[in-house]
Amino acid sequence: MNQYETVFIVTPVLSEDQMKEAVKKFSGFLAENGGEIIFEDHWGLRKLAYPIQKKSTGFYHLIEFKAAGDLTNRLEVEFRRDERIIRFLTVKLDKHAVEYNIKRRRLASNASNQEKKEE
Amino acid sequence: MATSQSEIRYLTPPTVEVKRKKYCRFKRANIKYIDYKDPNFLKKFLNEQGKILPRRLTGTSLKFQRKIAQAIKRARHIAILPYVTDMLK
Repeated sequence: MNQYETVFIVTPVLSEDQMKEAVKKFSGFLAENGGEIIFEDHWGLRKLAYPIQKKSTGFYHLIEFKAAGDLTNRLEVEFRRDERIIRFLTVKLDKHAVEYNIKRRRLASNASNQEKKEE
Repeated sequence: MATSQSEIRYLTPPTVEVKRKKYCRFKRANIKYIDYKDPNFLKKFLNEQGKILPRRLTGTSLKFQRKIAQAIKRARHIAILPYVTDMLK
């Protein structure tokens, strides 16, 4: 079992529901095939640094998961088959990366807690 | 004649540039992982055209220069950073 992180860009022409469904398809795919989802983050609609398939924006979504090595290949095949996905990137996380992500998440949760308190 | 050397006076005192030693900021700050999802941090290692700056300018150690290059290339792939541009900063 290795820890991976995948970022993918969903095409902006979809409606909010369609986009959520597309994201769900992939998180569901991971969960069904023996992957363990650790963290998910939706960055929302962001501007791309350069146009991809003549689109200048896209919905970014990040999934951090634990899985056996061959699952990433199958996940990438699914990404390629799905034309709603315009770009994806899967990286293996080493121990420093895992540490960094945990730390960052803790900071983020602390910040959101503080905001709530201030409100 | 021997006195002439000591009599040289400058109107403005000669400036001797003090060379500051370059250092690897990752080693100094004890950073072990470079996040490819953080474009503002990665921009410190790019020039205005979005090219990766050489080690001789940034002072980064070889180990981290490789990691920076990897992170920047990843960021470019997912359209967080541009491949080619002008006036990045």
